[in-house]
This record gives sequence, structure tokens and C-alpha cells, in this order.
Amino acid sequence: MPILPPLTPPQPSAAAPARLVLQGIGKVYPTVVANDDIGLTVRAGEIRAILGENGAGKSTLMKIIYGVTRPSSGRMFWEGEEVQVESPAHARSLGIGMVFQHFSLFETLTVVENVALALPGKPALDALAQRIVEVSARYGLPVDPRRHIHALSVGERQRVEIVRCLLQDPRLLIMDEPTSVLTPQAVRKLFETLRRLADEGCSILYISHKLDEIRELCHTATVLRGGRVTGECIPAQETPASMARLMIGKELPRCEHDAPQAGGEVRLRLAGLSHASDDPFGTDLRDLHLDVHAGEIVGIAGVSGNGQQELLRVISGEEPLAERFPVQICGVEAGRLSPGRRRRLGMAFVPEERLGRGAVPTMSLADNALLTAAHSQGMVTAGFLRFERARAFARRCIDDFNVKCGGPAAAAKSLSGGNLQKFIVGREILQAPRLLVCAQPTWGVDVGAAAFIRQQIIDLRNRGCAVLVISEELDELFEICDRIAVIAKGRLSPVRAAGDTSIEDIGVWMSGLWPGAGDTADAPLAMETPHA
Amino acid sequence: MDASLFTSMLFATVVAGTPLIIVALGLLVNEKAGVLNLGAEGMMAMGAVAAFAVTHESGNPWLGVAAGVGAGMAMAAIFGVLALTLMANQVASGLALAIFGVGLAAFVGKPYEAVALQAVPPIRIPFIADLPLIGEALYNQQALVYFSWALFWGLLWFLYRSRAGLVLRAVGESPASAHAIGYPVIRIRYLAVLFGGAMAGVGGAFLSVFYTPMWAEGMVAGRGWIALALVVFATWRPLRVMVGAYLFGGVMITQLFIQGSGLQIDFPSQLLSSLPYWATIVVLVAISRNRNTIRLNSPVSLGKPYRPDA
Ligand SMILES: Nc1ncnc2c1ncn2[C@@H]1O[C@H](COP(=O)(O)OP(=O)(O)OP(=O)(O)O)[C@@H](O)[C@H]1O
Ligand SMILES: [Mg+2]
Repeated sequence: MPILPPLTPPQPSAAAPARLVLQGIGKVYPTVVANDDIGLTVRAGEIRAILGENGAGKSTLMKIIYGVTRPSSGRMFWEGEEVQVESPAHARSLGIGMVFQHFSLFETLTVVENVALALPGKPALDALAQRIVEVSARYGLPVDPRRHIHALSVGERQRVEIVRCLLQDPRLLIMDEPTSVLTPQAVRKLFETLRRLADEGCSILYISHKLDEIRELCHTATVLRGGRVTGECIPAQETPASMARLMIGKELPRCEHDAPQAGGEVRLRLAGLSHASDDPFGTDLRDLHLDVHAGEIVGIAGVSGNGQQELLRVISGEEPLAERFPVQICGVEAGRLSPGRRRRLGMAFVPEERLGRGAVPTMSLADNALLTAAHSQGMVTAGFLRFERARAFARRCIDDFNVKCGGPAAAAKSLSGGNLQKFIVGREILQAPRLLVCAQPTWGVDVGAAAFIRQQIIDLRNRGCAVLVISEELDELFEICDRIAVIAKGRLSPVRAAGDTSIEDIGVWMSGLWPGAGDTADAPLAMETPHA
Repeated sequence: MDASLFTSMLFATVVAGTPLIIVALGLLVNEKAGVLNLGAEGMMAMGAVAAFAVTHESGNPWLGVAAGVGAGMAMAAIFGVLALTLMANQVASGLALAIFGVGLAAFVGKPYEAVALQAVPPIRIPFIADLPLIGEALYNQQALVYFSWALFWGLLWFLYRSRAGLVLRAVGESPASAHAIGYPVIRIRYLAVLFGGAMAGVGGAFLSVFYTPMWAEGMVAGRGWIALALVVFATWRPLRVMVGAYLFGGVMITQLFIQGSGLQIDFPSQLLSSLPYWATIVVLVAISRNRNTIRLNSPVSLGKPYRPDA
């Protein structure tokens, strides 16, 4: 799908002065060389993409520029002068701002407090809240400044990260996968904003796995592979396929998607599910009905913050219901069961936040495997853990899903974002579940690996598993789903066969306007207006 | 109950609650930064003995309080080096500090065991101290009682209104994120730990110089532990710490009164003596049950060492 109508054609500003120059930057971790002799120049007003597979070293390089980690070797020049960035505070004082791939937000603080922490001086919170509302509305990134972060979905958190960074008026803006969970409308607005900033002379380093975005936004691109610079290109002169080839060194695999087998039994049934959120700003789920059969993939589209998070928590069992019947898993009325009990019924679950909910950052991959696969993979006998089985299973996830890491003993947080995502999806799929519920399954995964994960999900469905995918990426949903529904304002639209509908229709439905939508239509959570 | 009895019991309650408030509020700051220092008992003991010794030698109770603060901070600094610089386990370091402090205080305090200090006269606040019933109890008190109230208000402002307090809470929640946006996590944690030590020292000084002007081994009598428990059961909220401390003081005074009054009641005195402890905890747990308040107020990284990765 063309996410964006092309804006002005990209104009590399070759004569502009160099704002940032890196020479021979290297970073060695105990198990890997993450960066190796990297040279890079960013000019004033230039938007430069950093392309590369998962684990290529993109985030590491950005963290070095921003002073979060120290390089093992190399030199850095900022506006012509050699600098050693000691800390992020130092970087910010130079005029560098960064949007992190793994959000650096404080969950127990409110949005405005989070923003205040990143701004110099002592902004008054009330005035700042007002500014956040204005700026976020202007940039098409609605956020409510008074809400607590822990109650926000990942999409909303991403908006907060971006707004926080834009408020700092940086001269070099580093964006590490800023659009991984944004909607197309929000992405369009963001790109307009970034273009404007670049025209005003701000330099931007932009990391994304979405190649059409890079083609539309960026003037230039640097390709990393295995920690080294392997090429440069002008994205506007490439096709997504040719850039993918530059990145992964081979052709992009295509998903094979055949017709679903009809008549499978119902594995997940939502029977009039209603649930009031205990967060005053949360979305209440209202009378949801849905059947997911064995052998099909059902997708739920929608702008994040419309009840996805609440729905996932209710299905996974993190938020047990008062009644049993509204959630039925493999024929069992499971509304009051714990997440562990639901897993034993054959459900597997990939949550949207990979660090913290999908995996415990400080624990090893083997221990993380143990957390969800203990029973299905026989890792417990008579109450004793069988670590060799956990290690073997983690090893299988790593091998089958091509996870680049230091082995089963590596801590989850040492993996690059996409590799951890591959590990988590692998861990769930390899348990051969009867029902798989996943949110944003390819968040932050590179194009090659994303195609691979989608194929794995389709293969799982071909083996008779029922799959529910909740995602904001319509392309992805249309690529893998057999049937699609939309969630808006805590209500679910009718389910349509993917072949009978179009991205445009679903886009309209996402604002709550589906046939027979009734009163949802008068208060859709539209992207353009911040909810007050 | 007649009016003068009420007044004197209220007076005693406030006095009994004051050291707990001071120490617990110090620990609250400490824990809000994500550092769990279980050494409160030891820091209080050292504060008490240092304050007593200096007051005895100099005759000036305020020099004594200053010495208490110094001793408390010195103890906290030991903890800081162990737990923050050397990344030792915080629970183990804190326990060691508690045992070490209590033992060292007993050793240092030997020469002062049989000495008494002159009682420090209370400070009477003009006019409001003449209020009926409560005036004498609340406004004719030791200076440190007024200090504890000032500390409470100051802390409320600091934690929820000031930028520094915001940074402190951020560090306690996610040191990694705080580092990533540029705050010196370790330095902030040191300051918080030192503040906790200073307040524990003041609490100790209050006991040995103002409350019972004498020094005896074991005179802290578990108040450091109670203060630690108060902070947790009050879900890290200053107002609840206050309520808990006064509740503890009130129940303590009431049960002492009942035991001392010779009333014939059919209740084992041991149970009566334990009443303040469990009554306080039961009440605090009851008022702090809400899941959201717990989630919003407990410092997520409490007790976890943090090393900024370089
Ligand atoms: N703290 C760490 N300790 C050990 N290894 C690390 C650490 N951080 C990163 N690595 C390793 O460095 C390599 C590069 O990681 P990096 O996060 O830079 O990748 P990336 O290009 O951002 O990938 P992605 O697209 O998945 O985000 C990876 O192999 C990763 O496992
Ligand atoms: Mg990355």
C-alpha cells in the first residue's frame, strides 16, 4: 500500500556543512563486535537513513552518538570540532535528541512529567501540558499529558517519545524505529514534520525497517551489515526490493498464502465480552463478539488506544473477568482462569511489549523460555525444573528463527530489538499451540525476518492452529489474515473475509464508521484530534 | 476521660511518633530513589550515641543533633560505598549495617551508660499553645517535633512539586531510562542514601537527647525496623507514613496507660505490648490496598543494583 503520497522529491543538500562526522567507530561487546570501523557524515538539513538487518549494530551506533554507551574506538566530530560525548545530558547540550527503540519512559509518571524530565531548565508543568497538547495536535501525534505511562499502549508511548524529543528543538534528531507502531495517518504527519525540521536545517538520522518509508522520507541511506558499513545509496533511486537486497544480501522471500481450510472448530470465542477498564483513561470493552476457528487467521485492525490493550489483557488472562462465559478458549469457558491455566488449554500469547511483558530483560533466554514453555515442553518434573530441556528449547528457538545472539545463556536485554522479537515469536510458535494470540508480531523486525515470521504464522495456521493477530499495520494484516475486523472505541466491527474488503474500507472503519455501528460513530477516537 | 488526661496522652503520642516520622520520611526518600537500606536501626543507634556523647561533653543539645546527623550520614556513606559503588546486594549490606551500627553504638556508648543529661525544655508557641485540649499537647513541644512537621511539608513539596523530586522518583523507577536521558543515577542515589542516614541520625538524637535524656544499649528498641515497615505499608506516601507513625505512638501510649493504670482486664500483657506493631500494620494495609496506588507509588527498581553500561 502506498502509505504516503510522495511529498516533495528528496533533495540531498550536498553543499551543506557537515554537522556530525564519525570516523572509525567501533564497539566490542564480550560476545560480539557490534560496530566495526564505522564512518558516517551527516550534513545540516540532511535526513539520512540507517539500514540494516536485525543486530546489524544500528541502535548501538546511535547510542554511541547519544552518549548512552562509549565506543571502544574511533573519533566523533560535532560541527567541525572533535567531541567525546560523555553522557546523554552532554549530547542534549550539544543539540542532539533521540527517540529510543525501546522506550525510555517512566511508567509511574505522567506524560507531562516524562516530558519535563527531558527538557532543560524547570518548565512549569501546567504550561508544559498545554504545550504538549498543542504540539502533539499540530504534529498529528495526540497524547493526553495527564495520563500515566503504564496505562498507555505502545503506540501511544511511541507518540510520547516522539513529542518529548521534538519539544527539545534538537539540531540532530536520532530516531530509532520511531514509526514501528504508528498508524499510517500518524506517520504521514510525522514525515511532514520531519521534512519541515530538515528544511529548517535540522539533521535527522532515521532508522526503520519499513523500506517505503525510507524511500519517501530520506535523502541518503547508509547500509550496515554485521557491524560494518557495506554501502550507501539514494533511496529515491532504489526500489524497496533493491534496498532489501542491499540490506540482507539476497532476494526478499515472498509469503505463500493459500486458502484457509473451512469448517474448523471454534478455538477462541468472545461471547458478548464487556469489561470496564480500571484505568480512568482506559477504554471500556463493549459487547465484543468474535469466533476464531482452527485453521484460520483473524486480524483485528485499529488505531492503538481503542481497546486493543484491554482486549489483549482480557484474552491473555492478565485481567481476569468476573464471569466465565465471555472468553472461551478451546471450548472451555475461561473468563476467570489465570494466564497459566489458559496456556495449558493450548493458548500461546505474544504481547506487544517485548521487554518486560514478553521477556524478562535481565534473565537468560533459556530462563525466558522456561517462563511460558515450562509445561508444554515438559520442563518440569515433580516440581523440579529441568534446565537442560529449557536450554535445548531455547536453542531450538534460536536456530529455527535465526536469532542472532550469544546463545541460550545470553540475557534477553542484550539482544537487538528484532532478534528478541524473533525469539519470543519462535518460543510461542514452537510450542505448537492450538490457539495463538499475537500483538504486533513483526514489530521492529527487519524485512527478511518479518516475511519469515509471517510465513511461520501462516504455516502454523495450515497445521490447524487458530490465530488471532492484533496489529496496526494494515499491510501485514492483509498479507496474512483470512478474515479481518476493526476495533474502535472498545467496540468490534463485523468480521469480513480479507478478500471481500480493502485497505481503504478498513481505514474508514478504523474511525468507528462501519455499517450498523450505531452510537460509536459519534465519538470515534480519530487520529487528528487529541482526546481531551 | 478527663481533659487533662486526654491532653497528656496526646502529648505523649506526638512525642512517641516523632522519631518514627523523621526516620521513616528519610527512608522514604532513600527508597524512592530505588535504594533499600535496611540499616536504619544501626544508623539510629549511632546517631543516638553520637548525639548523646557530644551533648554530654559540650552541654549543647544542638551540637549533639549535628553529631547525630554526622554519624547517621557516615553510616549511610558506608552503605553507599558497598551497595552503590561496589554493587553489593542491598539487602545484605543493609542488614550488616544494622548489626554493625547497633554493636558499635553499644561499644562507643559504654562510658556514657550511667550518665544523665539535663532535659531540654520544650518550645512554647505563643497563643496557639493556649488552645484548649490540644494546645498544650501540640504547641508546647520539643523543637524536633516541629521539625518533623516541617520535614513532612517540605517532603511533600519536594517529591510532588519540585523538579529534583521528579528526578528522584524517575531514578527510583527506571535507573536505565534516567541514565539514558542524562541523569547521574549513582550520584542521585548517593544523595538519597545520605539524606536517609541524616534523618536516621536525627531520629536517634531525638531518642537519646530529648525523649529519654540518657543512653542505654538497645534504647532504639526496634524503631528503625518499624520505620522501615511503615514506609512499605504506607506504600511510600508521606501522609500515610505520618498517620502510621502517630497511630503507632497512640496505640503504644494507650496500651502503656492501660498496663500502668492497674485496670483489671483479662488480656495477656504480652499481647497488649505487641498491639502497636500489628495494629499499625493492619490499618496501613487496610487503607493502602488499592492496586493502582501501589503500582503508582512503589519504586519499581527498589533494591536492584544499577550499573550504567559504558
Ligand atoms: N549490552 C549488550 N551486551 C552484549 N551484546 C549487545 C549489547 N547490546 C547489543 N549487543 C549486540 O550487539 C549487536 C548489535 O545490536 P543492535 O541493537 O545495535 O542491533 P540493531 O541493528 O539495532 O538491530 P534491530 O534492528 O534488531 O534493532 C547485536 O548482536 C546485539 O546482540
Ligand atoms: Mg535496534
